[in-house]
Amino acid sequence: MKTTGIVKGIVSNLVTVRVDGPVAENEICYINLAGTRIMAEVIKVGGQDAQVQVFESTRGLKNGDTVEFEGRMLEATLGPGLLSSVYDGLQNDLTTMEGVFLRRGEYTDPINRETLWDFTPIAAPGDKVIAADWLGEVREGWLPHKIMVPFAFKGEFTVKSIVAAGQYNVDTVIAVLTDGEGVDHNVTMTQKWPVKVAIKGYREKPRPQRIMETGVRVIDTLNPIAEGGTGFIPGPFGCGKTVLQHAIAKQGDADVIVMAACGERANEVVEIFTEFPELIDPHTGRHLMERTTIICNTSNMPVAAREASVYTAMTICEYYRAMGLKCLLLADSTSRWAQALREMSNRMEELPGADAFPVDLSAIISNFYARAGMVVLNNGKTGAVTFIGTVSPAGGNLKEPVTESTKKAARCFYALEQNRADQKRYPAVSPLDSYSKYLEYPEIREYLDRTIEKGWVDKVADAKNIIRRGKEASEQINILGDDGVPMSYHVTFWKSELVDFVILQQDAFDAIDALCPLERQKHMLDLVLGICHRDFDFPDYEVCRDFFKNLINELRQMNYSAFKGEDFNRYESDIRRMVEKSE
Amino acid sequence: MAIKAYQRIYTQLEAITKATVALRATGVSNDELAVVAGRLAQVVRTKGDLVTLQVFAGTEGIPTNAEVTFLGEPPTLKVGEALSGRFFDAYGHPIDGGPEIEGEERQIGGPSVNPYKRRQPSQLIPTGIAGIDLNNTLVSGQKIPFFADPDQPYNRVMADVALRADVDKIILGGMGLSNDDYLFFRHSFESAGALDKIICFINTTENPPVERLLIPDMALTAAEYFAVDKNEKVLVLLTDMTLYADALSIVSNRMDQIPSKDSMPGSLYSDLAKIYEKAVQLPTEGSITIIAVTTLNDGDITHAIPDNTGYITEGQLFLRADSDSGKVIIDPFRSLSRLKQLVQNKKTREDHSQVMNASVRLYADAQNAKTKLENGFDLSDYDKRCLQYAKDYATRLLSIDVNITITEMLDTAWELFGKYFSKAETGIKQALIDKYWNGN
Repeated sequence: MKTTGIVKGIVSNLVTVRVDGPVAENEICYINLAGTRIMAEVIKVGGQDAQVQVFESTRGLKNGDTVEFEGRMLEATLGPGLLSSVYDGLQNDLTTMEGVFLRRGEYTDPINRETLWDFTPIAAPGDKVIAADWLGEVREGWLPHKIMVPFAFKGEFTVKSIVAAGQYNVDTVIAVLTDGEGVDHNVTMTQKWPVKVAIKGYREKPRPQRIMETGVRVIDTLNPIAEGGTGFIPGPFGCGKTVLQHAIAKQGDADVIVMAACGERANEVVEIFTEFPELIDPHTGRHLMERTTIICNTSNMPVAAREASVYTAMTICEYYRAMGLKCLLLADSTSRWAQALREMSNRMEELPGADAFPVDLSAIISNFYARAGMVVLNNGKTGAVTFIGTVSPAGGNLKEPVTESTKKAARCFYALEQNRADQKRYPAVSPLDSYSKYLEYPEIREYLDRTIEKGWVDKVADAKNIIRRGKEASEQINILGDDGVPMSYHVTFWKSELVDFVILQQDAFDAIDALCPLERQKHMLDLVLGICHRDFDFPDYEVCRDFFKNLINELRQMNYSAFKGEDFNRYESDIRRMVEKSE
Repeated sequence: MAIKAYQRIYTQLEAITKATVALRATGVSNDELAVVAGRLAQVVRTKGDLVTLQVFAGTEGIPTNAEVTFLGEPPTLKVGEALSGRFFDAYGHPIDGGPEIEGEERQIGGPSVNPYKRRQPSQLIPTGIAGIDLNNTLVSGQKIPFFADPDQPYNRVMADVALRADVDKIILGGMGLSNDDYLFFRHSFESAGALDKIICFINTTENPPVERLLIPDMALTAAEYFAVDKNEKVLVLLTDMTLYADALSIVSNRMDQIPSKDSMPGSLYSDLAKIYEKAVQLPTEGSITIIAVTTLNDGDITHAIPDNTGYITEGQLFLRADSDSGKVIIDPFRSLSRLKQLVQNKKTREDHSQVMNASVRLYADAQNAKTKLENGFDLSDYDKRCLQYAKDYATRLLSIDVNITITEMLDTAWELFGKYFSKAETGIKQALIDKYWNGN
């Protein structure tokens, strides 16, 4: 029998419920509000009272209203049809809702139950299988979508029967599995999984082995992120967080992209709906939307569902990872999720940590980041979830709890700088404060040695060093004046400007420059470092400035031209001539 | 909101703070209105049968035996065409001496638009002010605040923008407006002959601060009526959102909530987002555009109020007094319109974005030259030309007094380029130089 309860207290979306039976932490319940059932989640239990966070507005709720507990946690529905969908934080399909306004208590099915999928069996009767093993496959767009033994199945099963190749909808029983006790279990193409629990069902989680290409030079060249790695992008407003994240979403080398718009502007999500269906995935030539799922809980949607949205997004990524696919999860912004936690903690009158955030914020963030990673599946194939979150630090100050907690959990740090943004040096990723821990991994160094060239990481360190020395020189010039420093200071400064303008800066709105493949990144870095390692002498600083300004202009034209095309090659030989003449 | 017959009257308050009262009552619903000693109040917390009410008009003089009745409904606004041309208080009652509005009663602070049902904003809103149209073009469905110190003429600029914008309705939500500013708005609207498309919800400094909390929702409920039901283009002006946030902090403080940064409630981001995200381009022609004012303390944008606002809104317009030209200008560096690229060069002339970038870059060079001058270094010829250009640019384009078309703004910029710079110094694409260069 289900546990029921009665509302005893209300503060905004935190409701206290007197219960008549057992309840579990994170259990889902429905509150009956004048005939509408609204969803809530248990977040604290004390004596006879459960405190629940309501995923909707509580306007009109009364003490004495009845509550029914469901005996399960918040679950995601998994199955073919998740890609190209637009969901809210609770995985309701936003595209099938009626009316312009969201209606309280309106919950829609995440997947279409009628669509017929072309099913091909992989397993055969008599096979021994365990949870997450592949039983069959359907085509979801161009991706092979594996139908798996449900993750919740415990122990070993024998395939009793499996349907022949053909068209079925998701609710069709495609296989019958017999457990050790001889009991039969039906398997359909869809299953449910609690979002706050990580999907295991793999053999091991090794260290990342390779990098995930994004086509963004300041990431791939300077601070690459590993496939199955984690990274975060903190930055004040107006520094280009969203543009950078959209660039990664468009260009990232992944099979599946899940974008969680968590407490951000609705118009940014509209931009994705409007543009992605038109854009082409550079890796497959297919429409971007075909590999993308959007989880959209914008800033004006209920706060509690904001927290759920990142978990729903992660669960969908883990599901596709179990099929041996490369997934990329982008969450914008994790600060809004942390603020949602803060709002609830505050209403529960818990003792606050720093800046009134809950004391376990750091633990919650690192647990979440830990769900990313590359895995070796039971059949030896690999899959990966790469996670990049943005952080919106209050006042642009990186010494705040969310940034600090995330810094402990994420392996790549892409700090956006107000100063660079003001100077329109985009992407405004700070070259010196940012880092990628993966450059220290022997596996990744070995991978880069093999795929780019031997000693690549040292070259990258060299480029960073040029920027560091340029910064020091520029500080001296500013203090002592243009005439007050030796010529070598000017040369050092302009060499760093060369790296800055040609390698670090990239035009996300230019069709060619926006996407820079690794081969091209190597070519440009070699060219720029080659110039930086030459000795120059100039009669005065204005000649030096003009020389480098011209050089930068030509090099930028190369960035805007098709790789190794006629223009590109012409600019390159011009540049080589300019450099040789000036020595 | 009249008191109905047979309603239970409570007469025993258990607690009173400056903004709230608490009493034992049953059958009370969350967010519903109540009347405490004749003053409107709203349920903000129930704990067993202990109910906490936020009293909008403040609790001065309320005794523990005050009469309390519950009205069974959250705050509402009567909507209809008759709203046009009228002035209301925070409760939606007329303050212009006219009759009460007859119309459909709607709960304020209603649900959000399904993000999937939105359309991408694409209609230009010209204002005549080059600091906005040229550098930070506005688009219908956008939400953008003025960031200004209290001594800046932000209300005047906002009134200018409203009256010049091509919209069907202008809805003003005034929070903590000085009586002078209220009369200024009223007078500007009247003398422009625009009263028939104006609706005002006003809370002045003479009114209790907590009442302000109702203003944005009132204004936006009216806006949604015209935008959604009537497919109209609605412009909502909200001034001053800093005072709104201050009222939020008063209430949360009285409810013993733990404050976060700058004594603001932890929910400040969500509270502000709920208002600003009402800006929308609907699939029909209807749209809601929000222009707000956030006053700053000495230009400090790291304070929790402007900081949270900046993360929510689609840019900000920064007002600053410019010492070179003696004018108040729209600061081209700190201002930003995130939606400008949706209309620039598409709804405006092809050279718009290039001219904008070049003129701002040259203005930045002028700032560097100024720093050099201040530090006692010699100026090059280029530096000197930049400084002359900066003065002209501030006077003729950045100043808030400007009122010209976008084409005139572009022509003015080309004229200044031709006067002070060589073609190469502007860094503009050759094809555009060939077509528009105005000089040697």
